Amino acid sequence: MLTSRGSGSELEVLAVGAEAVLLKGYFLGIKSVYKVRVPKPYRNPKLDLKVRRERTSAEAKHMISARRGGVNSPYILLVDPDAGVIVMEYIEGDLLRNILNSLPECRACTLLEHIGIMAGRLHNEGIVHGDLTTSNIIVCRRIGKPYLIDFGLARASEDIEDRGVDVHLFLRSLESAHFRVKDMAFRCFLNGYGKVVGEENLTKVVNKVKEIRLRGRYVEERRRHH
Amino acid sequence: MKTIVLGIESTAHTFGVGIVKEREIIADTRYRYEPEKGGIHPRDAALYFMNIGPSAISEALRSAGISARDLTGVAVALGPGLGPCLRVGATHARAMATYLNKPLIPVNHAVAHIEVGKLVTNVKDPLIVYLSGGNTLIAAFNEGRYRVFGETLDIALGNFMDTFVREIGLAPPYVVNGVHQLDRCAEKGKELIDLPYVVKGQDVSFSGLLTAALRAVRRGVPIENVCYSVREIAYSAIVEVSERALVHTDKKEVLVVGGVAASKYLKEKFEIMSSSRGVELAIVPPKYAVDNGVMIAWTGLLAFKSGITIEPERAYVRQRWRLDDVDIPWFGQ
Repeated sequence: MLTSRGSGSELEVLAVGAEAVLLKGYFLGIKSVYKVRVPKPYRNPKLDLKVRRERTSAEAKHMISARRGGVNSPYILLVDPDAGVIVMEYIEGDLLRNILNSLPECRACTLLEHIGIMAGRLHNEGIVHGDLTTSNIIVCRRIGKPYLIDFGLARASEDIEDRGVDVHLFLRSLESAHFRVKDMAFRCFLNGYGKVVGEENLTKVVNKVKEIRLRGRYVEERRRHH
Repeated sequence: MKTIVLGIESTAHTFGVGIVKEREIIADTRYRYEPEKGGIHPRDAALYFMNIGPSAISEALRSAGISARDLTGVAVALGPGLGPCLRVGATHARAMATYLNKPLIPVNHAVAHIEVGKLVTNVKDPLIVYLSGGNTLIAAFNEGRYRVFGETLDIALGNFMDTFVREIGLAPPYVVNGVHQLDRCAEKGKELIDLPYVVKGQDVSFSGLLTAALRAVRRGVPIENVCYSVREIAYSAIVEVSERALVHTDKKEVLVVGGVAASKYLKEKFEIMSSSRGVELAIVPPKYAVDNGVMIAWTGLLAFKSGITIEPERAYVRQRWRLDDVDIPWFGQ
């Protein structure tokens, strides 16, 4: 079992996510999060190890690049791909998913615009997040800034297709969990996003999002059961 | 007075007529169009439906032991599906409703798969995993509708499996004794080869896996190992996105609906995942997982009781009718 380094204290379970367990503790005296990718018993062991190892090192790499590009994300303190472990700075705050529906409209808009700016900076840095949802944004309690977390599915990509998928995922998380505020929230997000990537790229990505959503419809249209 | 609804299904290859009396299924007539080769030709399927439609309806009424006058209403799947096929069912339903002067009830085919799944498995508020030849989507109820949390970005799981086995010469037939050719071929495989495992958020993508797998077969990799790897990767990706959606939505039940739900290997993976999450797993039995008229009748009954009907002259078919376009006012009742 892992123990916290630097204070001798035990690690406390913070959250059990879909693919990883998040533990809170101290690393060299710094309040930290240990992200541990746990084996999935439903996956072939060889496939499982490959998926966990690749995602751990990719996540760490992309978090570092994101910070370099001006995206708020936690500092990385340690990476161990074979064990599937990343140790990073602990951000004190709330998940956007839990607070968005109750935020005053102007506050929500400013926040969403900031998130759009971060998404734009990330894309300008040549990275796509891969799981851009309101569950993967922490709003820092101290200064109110949004932090992007969980780069587990992030990839290096400059494809409009992949950027479109990011924006599509974010839009869908608004539709599925924040239905009442989705139009305002998405407008503010795109406003921030456009400021960073420019008018031309914004249009390209928005058109791609439309195309991706139509593709889903096309698939639904084809009905062939066994 | 008990509510009795007749439902007509004709979205793809099955012309189904079901009758429900409240929660009781009193008729279930099915005619399936079987192409001689290849897939469904919509026009041929529609012609077949036109020939057997009227007698299928009489047969259902006869087996229920009721007269058409006893019906409270007539429900029909107006979409999504193949246009020519949908129009045959819609024409029959409009004619019946007009002639008998009974209310006509519009039903979405995907909603019907979910509602009949809930009826036969008794789950209440599940995460829904809908896997068939044409559909791969993950949905859950939120704010009045079944919202889509994840889906395939390109081809559906069933379509992917069918295409793969057909291209490597194992099909048709695609399914033998209820087991898909992919599962059969994979049983002899042992070694996992390196193929793309694509999960994007809560979405999956199979087109890259299909290309890489076909290339591996052409390169001379033993076919059993390719089948095994394809099965492991495709099913694991589905279970992984389901697990993600489960965590995101915090639902306590998982309901697997649609024709692909029958695979025992997929079921095994879902069982491991749901027991580790402490949620209940329900897989719709094959009889009601495939297209049928009962699901349309049952969903029609639920809709009718919530006051949903449509004027026959406005009952157009909707080939691309999205699951999340449909209000579900009866949810939780």
